Amino acid sequence: MNGNAAAKKRSFNKTRLKNQFLNIVKNPFNMIVAISLVILFCLIVIPLLQMVASTFTASGSKKELKRIGVGAGEFTLYYWRYILFSNMASATLWGPLKNSLIIGVFTVLVSVPLGSVLGWLIVRSDIPGKKLLGMLVVIPYMIPSWCKALSWLAVFRNKTSGALGFLAGLGIPIPDWLAYGPIAIVLCMSLHYYAFSYINVSSALRSINSELEEMGEICGATKPQILKSITLPLVLPSILSSIIMTLSKSIGTYGVAANLGNRIGYYTLATKMKVFINDGPQSVGYAMSLVLIALAALIIFSNQRIIGVRKSYATIGGKGGRSTEMKLGKAKAPLMVFLVIFLVLAMVMPMFVLVMETFQITTGNGYGLNNLTLYNWIGTVDQAQKYTNYPGIFQNPEFLTSMWNTIRLTFIASAITALCGQFLGYISTRGRGKWYGSLTEQLVFIPYLMSGVAFSTMYCAMFWRPHFGGLLPSLYGTFTLIVLTSVVKHFPFASRSGTANMMQIAVELEEAADINGASFWKRMRSIVLPLAKNGFISGFMLTFISIAKELDLIIIMMDKKTQTMSYLAFTYSQEGYNQMADAISVCVLFFILVCYIVANRFGADLGKSW
Amino acid sequence: MSRIELININKYYGDNHVLKNLNLTIEDGDFMTLLGPSGCGKTTTLRVVSGLERPQGGVMLIDGKEAINAENAFYLEPSKRGLNLVFQSYALWPHMTVKQNIAFGLKIQKLSKAEVEKRVTDSLKMMRIEEYVNRYPNELSGGQQQRVAIARAVASNPRLLLLDEPLSNLDARLRIDMRSELQRLHRELGTTIIYVTHDQVEALTMSTKIALFKAGELSQVSTPVELYMNPIDLQAADFIGNPRINLLEGKAKLRGDGTLEVHSALGDHVFPKGDLTNETIPSGEFDVVLATRPEQVHIETRAADGNLPVKVYANQPAGSETLVSLQAGKSDFLAKQLGLVHYDINQQVYVRIDPTKINVYNAQTTRLIKRTSL
Repeated sequence: MNGNAAAKKRSFNKTRLKNQFLNIVKNPFNMIVAISLVILFCLIVIPLLQMVASTFTASGSKKELKRIGVGAGEFTLYYWRYILFSNMASATLWGPLKNSLIIGVFTVLVSVPLGSVLGWLIVRSDIPGKKLLGMLVVIPYMIPSWCKALSWLAVFRNKTSGALGFLAGLGIPIPDWLAYGPIAIVLCMSLHYYAFSYINVSSALRSINSELEEMGEICGATKPQILKSITLPLVLPSILSSIIMTLSKSIGTYGVAANLGNRIGYYTLATKMKVFINDGPQSVGYAMSLVLIALAALIIFSNQRIIGVRKSYATIGGKGGRSTEMKLGKAKAPLMVFLVIFLVLAMVMPMFVLVMETFQITTGNGYGLNNLTLYNWIGTVDQAQKYTNYPGIFQNPEFLTSMWNTIRLTFIASAITALCGQFLGYISTRGRGKWYGSLTEQLVFIPYLMSGVAFSTMYCAMFWRPHFGGLLPSLYGTFTLIVLTSVVKHFPFASRSGTANMMQIAVELEEAADINGASFWKRMRSIVLPLAKNGFISGFMLTFISIAKELDLIIIMMDKKTQTMSYLAFTYSQEGYNQMADAISVCVLFFILVCYIVANRFGADLGKSW
Repeated sequence: MSRIELININKYYGDNHVLKNLNLTIEDGDFMTLLGPSGCGKTTTLRVVSGLERPQGGVMLIDGKEAINAENAFYLEPSKRGLNLVFQSYALWPHMTVKQNIAFGLKIQKLSKAEVEKRVTDSLKMMRIEEYVNRYPNELSGGQQQRVAIARAVASNPRLLLLDEPLSNLDARLRIDMRSELQRLHRELGTTIIYVTHDQVEALTMSTKIALFKAGELSQVSTPVELYMNPIDLQAADFIGNPRINLLEGKAKLRGDGTLEVHSALGDHVFPKGDLTNETIPSGEFDVVLATRPEQVHIETRAADGNLPVKVYANQPAGSETLVSLQAGKSDFLAKQLGLVHYDINQQVYVRIDPTKINVYNAQTTRLIKRTSL
């Protein structure tokens, strides 16, 4: 007989009820779980439901309501019909959806093999200078993807967008299909997202005992045979999960697609959605964002279906610490050349062009002394009234505000996120196997399904008016909303690092304190916090970097007052002030690099960053 | 210095019934070992006693006072039960020195500074690790950490000391040292101890009583000697003792005068009524299993009355003892002899077994029907 059933059969018992109530209330842990669940529910489930509801509710100007045919606030299928079946459907949904999918698929095709090969070369082969290479290879990943788009433009820009880029300046004709649109977007994203595959595959390779490969060699297999029949199947789960991650991320990416697509009218789901959010009807944008969420959810859950079970064997050989390198032999020189070319193309050249462009008077006009200036950095408006409306960035109050906003946002948001992450991690580790543990894990996972733009769209939909009779005020256009969005969006990541951190603190350590009479708070203060400190700092640094890089997530909410450096660079680039946009990206890059170095000092694992 | 009574304890993890109506009394001053294979519920029992785990059914009394009453959802907090626990992993707080580790609980009890100091020094002295007082746990060896963990537990003067497989992470030599250490500790403190282990040698050497677990139920609670000499059923007989007990099939019949007549490869025996247990014995002839410890099998090179002719199958001299595998017809059994003895393989030898040292089990119910005597 089940224990719960037995409990139910018991007759009504006053003492029992009283004790049960006291057991729950007297334990602060229960209270924390309850409060956290309520907050998660308010911050994640309600906004999602709200957004779903708003796609079924008529709103907007009188003219629009007339077109919809029902009064404001009434139920309507108009928006869904609009994007799915109307004669506008192909322009609003199907076309951009097709573009998104094409970009996603091709990004996977380029970035996953690239990342996997790099991972294998650096972990398993006898390529020289591994340590340095291993460090260099992750640098492109530290650069925000929208910065890559700007450097792409700095290299490939042509007459279509007015100012010439580096190559066009050298007199090489650059066609539009190369400078902008799908090819540019796919290449830029690949140079960013290859890092997922690199990180996944290299850590899988590290965990495989090389004796497995040596056994193959003893059985007489050749090197290609070993790679094909032993190594590849063993890292296949991690390759598959990189594919999924890359696909779901690249479909939702906004910054790259907007910078490289908008000017020739090439829209993806994410960029088209932004158009609707800005220009209305917003509910169409919300509906599109739901499509985006559904797509990501579909991809991720299918991943769990396909490799959920098999994933486990990636760790079977995990005990083997020994690893012998595979001799590359004759292939060493060509592979080395490949690596160097990759690093030059992915990192050195774009960075060089980007930095140099900030000193150029006319882009694409060479680096002669007569074309160089410090104006973009420190010039004042009256020095170049004819050409520009803006002073150099360090003279520009707009830039200084945005810098202050960036610093403010990253500090506040990442501190809150990291703290919440530790708490959520505590709840899900201590509640492992219990209902509240898994519920917390599932709720926290939801923001992961949403691309940055979709997520902030949801928050806009939620907070543009007050709720619960003003208890939850309208946060539209406020800095608070931006902080809140950044915090919640990073919950999955922060709570994962919090969970990993809390897992290291054995439950017995707390139980031992419990038996010695320490109360919950005393246990927290004397045992958990001191032990969680290092994990907290590295979690904080990783969130910090990830928020500093962020553009997609907060772009919808930005205005002149609240804008960050990323957003300002994006605006300048859209307005054609390329050099200044570049100068700002250089500042962002510098900021991020400093953060990485500090984070490394605290032992943060860059591989765990987003 | 505490008497623990567990009455009808039931514990579930989800649908998994881990403790099935457990009844166990631990007398004041006992060194009670909970023994059994992994997953049989012994650690859960310990955690129920400690208060870290809450059973869904049952009552627990400490010195007659209720500590658990599942009916009323009443669970006394662990810290109010007057006990302390030594974890399998030691659970030493890595960010505190040895001294801080031991003083932590004492400070919470709001003892005076001098008293804390004294208790720390005393418990360290008792465990003979005074010199490590300012070290951090990761600066100590496994054996030293173990001693710190015990020192931390005894510093609070618990009336009941719980130990959860405390020796399983130590190497073989340290384990033997710690066994005598724990025995001495029990004698000096006079505390009631509950000790969880899956190692029968630990159980047999240290305890005053052993509770043998089988799949969430108690199969036998008795003194170590009794458990070794008269395991209550075949599983217990098979579990206790290394090398394993010898098992031989046979036929038995209860005679009219109450004696038991048994036929087996060991020959024909008649066991007196007084050696039989309370188990009901089937009428007519029935299958039995005879069990005898390897050290009770004596090998002689010449045939004599009552001796059984057997062949030597293998010979394993190991210095202090020699294990000899023997074959009688289809049955194999093992003999253990002290010192180095040599037999040739396939040598014909004769085996003598004292009938009072033979256990007889009902093959069908697996229960003990004939006891051995000392």
